[in-house]
Amino acid sequence: MIAVAVDPAPIDIGAEYAAIAVGGAGGIATFAGLVRADDGVEALTLEHYPGATEAALVALAEAAVARWDLTAARITHRVGRMVPGETVVFVATAARHRAAALEACAFLIDRLKTEAPFWKKETLAGTERWVEPRGSDDVAAARWNDAL
Amino acid sequence: MATEILYFAWVREKIGTGAETLDLPAGLTSVGDLVAWLAGRSPGHAEAFADPARLRAAVDQTFVPLDAPLGRPREVAIFPPVTGG
Repeated sequence: MIAVAVDPAPIDIGAEYAAIAVGGAGGIATFAGLVRADDGVEALTLEHYPGATEAALVALAEAAVARWDLTAARITHRVGRMVPGETVVFVATAARHRAAALEACAFLIDRLKTEAPFWKKETLAGTERWVEPRGSDDVAAARWNDAL
Repeated sequence: MATEILYFAWVREKIGTGAETLDLPAGLTSVGDLVAWLAGRSPGHAEAFADPARLRAAVDQTFVPLDAPLGRPREVAIFPPVTGG
């Protein structure tokens, strides 16, 4: 029901979808986050905290399943070096009805951005810089603090 | 008891290593105390920990504020705010 993965291999969206499209759900929501070429970014390198990262993703997925009565939740996050257009993260939620799947999917990506220990470094024009956290991400994560 | 100290992202780069195993002195009561003590280990440590407001921490893989009690951890990680997704 819950599956999380942190892997340097490219994310196979078709395989991810096939894995959640079983088990009698009435609706499936998915989110894919891609590397943007903002400011001429040539590559993005993702670092994480092995062990703690997977535990954080499982905790998020468990919270979503409990809150929205999901039939399944998957989070797959890539690490290592990737280029614009490649998928960094894929989130999928399955539920009996669409509202639960859609809300839970948004919850997972919003909270992942502020609670899972990943760090992004951009490569552009031959130099590297660490990505700074954005206040808008904190706002997006906090909206789920309120009861629905 | 030795404690594994882990560093990530630019904290790791400034210090020059991702992990070190240290015997912590008595008297470190909070995670912030540990950070202040670590800052004295090298110029790289001092630079990485110059602004504690930019640091986050986990004690035995539980995310905690810097004013949290340190206890007797097996593992402490110090890192910048996360930027995944």
